[in-house]
Order: sequence, then C-alpha cells, then structure tokens
Amino acid sequence: MVAAGSKCRTCRGPAIIDLPRHNANFCAEHFLELCRRQVAKAIDKFEMLTPDDRILVAVSGGKDSLAVWDLLIELGYQADGLYIGLGIGEYSDVSGEYAKAFAAERALHLITIDLRDEYGFDIPTAAKATRRVPCSACGTSKRHLFDKAALEGGYTALVTGHNLDDEAAVLFGNTLRWDVEYLARQLPVLPARDGFPKKVKPLIRLTEREMAAWCIVRGIDYLVDECPMALGNKHLAYKAALNAIEQESPGSKASFYLNFLDNMAPLLAGAGASGVEGLHPCPSCGAPTTGDLCAFCRVAEKSRAHEPVPVELVLSKGRGRR
Amino acid sequence: MKVLLRNPKREIDVDGRHTVNSLLAHLDLPRESHLVICNGTLVPGDAPLAATDTVEIRPVISGGC
Ligand code: SF4
Ligand SMILES: [Zn+2]
Ligand SMILES: [Zn+2]
Repeated sequence: MVAAGSKCRTCRGPAIIDLPRHNANFCAEHFLELCRRQVAKAIDKFEMLTPDDRILVAVSGGKDSLAVWDLLIELGYQADGLYIGLGIGEYSDVSGEYAKAFAAERALHLITIDLRDEYGFDIPTAAKATRRVPCSACGTSKRHLFDKAALEGGYTALVTGHNLDDEAAVLFGNTLRWDVEYLARQLPVLPARDGFPKKVKPLIRLTEREMAAWCIVRGIDYLVDECPMALGNKHLAYKAALNAIEQESPGSKASFYLNFLDNMAPLLAGAGASGVEGLHPCPSCGAPTTGDLCAFCRVAEKSRAHEPVPVELVLSKGRGRR
Repeated sequence: MKVLLRNPKREIDVDGRHTVNSLLAHLDLPRESHLVICNGTLVPGDAPLAATDTVEIRPVISGGC
C-alpha cells in the first residue's frame, strides 16, 4: 500500500507525527527542531536559566525527565541528574535502570539516592506509617531530597520534567476549587530563596504526547509503565477531561495554561503566601521549616519506626495525589 | 493485524484495514493520549497499517509527579 502521504510542514518530506494543535505534520528532524524551539522559548520568556546555571535535573526514568535532560544538553546547558530510589517495588527497580542507562550512554553524571539505604524507609512503608496517600509522603521526600542535593552540590537550578499536560491538569484542579493561593504559586519558575534552589519547568510548552514522541525519535528508552500508586488518581482524571476537550478543539490545553500565565497569573501575584515568615532550620536536618521538625523528618521518623510494608499492601488502599 | 498495547502489556488481533486514526477510534483510544509505532517508527494519523505490520499503541499519559 502506498503511504497516504501527510507531509512535513517545513520540508514536505514524509511526516512521522501529526500535531493537531499546530494544524500541521512534521518529519523527525523538524519535529525535534520544533521541540527545541519550544523549550528555548519557554526558557527565554520566563528567564528560567542562564548559560552559567549549574543545573540538577530530577530524573525518574520516565519520558519527561529523560527528555528534559536530553533537551537541555542539546541546547548547550550543563546539567547533572538526580535519581531517587523510592522503594516502590518493581517500578522503582526498573525506573532506576532506565535512568542509569540513559546517563551512562551519554556520559552524563547521575547522582543516585536510595531512600531505604540512606534514610531507612521507603514510600509504601511511609504511606502506611503516615496513613496518608502514598503520593503525599513521596512528594514530601522528593522535594526535600532534591533541595538538599541541589544545595549540597552547589547547583543553582533544579529542573523538573513537568509538561503542558501536567501543568494544565494541576491548573484545572486548582481552578475547580478556586484555590487562589495555589493558583498564585503555579508558576514555571520559582526563584531561589533561603535554603531553596531556583525551580524550573522547561517543558511547559510541550505536551506529553510530544515528549513521548521526542523519546521515541531520539531512541531514548524510558519506563512506559506507570507508578502503580498513581492509578486512579484525580490528576489522571483531569488529564483525561482536558484531552477530551483537546480532541474537539485542538490547542485548548495550551491556551488554558499558557494564557493563564500571561493573563491571570499577574493579577494573582502576591495572593500566594510567601512562606518565608517564621522559617527556621529543622533541628534534625537543618532544612528550613516553619514547624518543629520539618515535614520530611516527621515522615522519616514515623516510617522508620514502622516495619517495612511491601508495595502490594498499599495498592488496595487509598490512592493518588490530591 | 497484531497490535501491542501497554499498561498492562498485551497483544490483540484487529481485523480489517485501518489507518492509525481509524485504529485508535476503533479501540476507543483518544489520539491525544496515544502514539502509534509501526515497524519501529512513529507514524502520523493518516498512515495506513498493513496486516503484516508490527504495530504498538503507546499511551503517553503519566501520573504527573
Ligand atoms: S505517583 Fe505518587 S507514589 Fe508514585 S512516584 Fe509519583 S508521587 Fe510517588
Ligand atoms: Zn521536515
Ligand atoms: Zn528535617
């Protein structure tokens, strides 16, 4: 059968992907060029990074974190990776392999931290011990360890692979609740402040479908399977709802989130609690906190006192992030 | 045509002639959350798929953490 022949918008060669939101198809080369341009545009517009930044990428072994690392290196930035072994059964074992293989093949520096080896607990156990959804203890642990590693390693920027779909879904959730404080803080760059490195999301102009395509075209092996603890969470339901709208009206996700940043975020500036008042060093680890022990040390203390819980035991219970 | 699906990994048989878009519609899978890889290469929505092709439908949605 002869190829139906959708053609690349740029070179008229055979296309490998259709991007309805751009009303265009692209060949491999020009698709990659479009992705690079979108990342460069986001970095430029929001003043995310400078060429002298020492960047630490939060690497999970999934498509987005490997793609953002790859893209930053391609754009000429210096960036190391940090992988955290969360102890979520086979998912963690396999995701770690993908992260390590990616770094080794490209001679990039990957720092690895294992929660159980170094802190004496894992995420399934923390979920049980804190009686919260797994993503709660997980998010607290990751934030703490990324901040700590960035500070100790002298990194000036912490990069995450959050993409347009992720940000649009969080925005959707915050809007459904009209959570003004969260809305005011939903920015693609959080500047450095005492004890916290600058936090940056360079993929906000690219969708998950585009990021998966980036990995496939670039030959990046990534973990396709999902974290078992994400199943059935609200975040996924919001993404599905937004994709249903996107299907009817391509470009909706981008205008929902990117126009929020342009038109709405400036009006909300100042509505988010700055969170700096009353900060003091955590007596146990030194991280800035408003409480007695910091959130991470509270989770760690409870979890270490609990006997190890295998991931299967947590799965049947409450799931997902808020 | 043999089609590989993920999460969980499984293989199904699909009868009839399909393009990428018609295959996704036939299986009730949204285009915005899937990519189709045919014989190892990414293919666009109007690409025809032959009975002898090796086809993988890859979901692209993550939990968002
Ligand atoms: S889905 Fe939840 S538990 Fe799994 S890695 Fe993400 S935050 Fe952690
Ligand atoms: Zn082209
Ligand atoms: Zn602490």
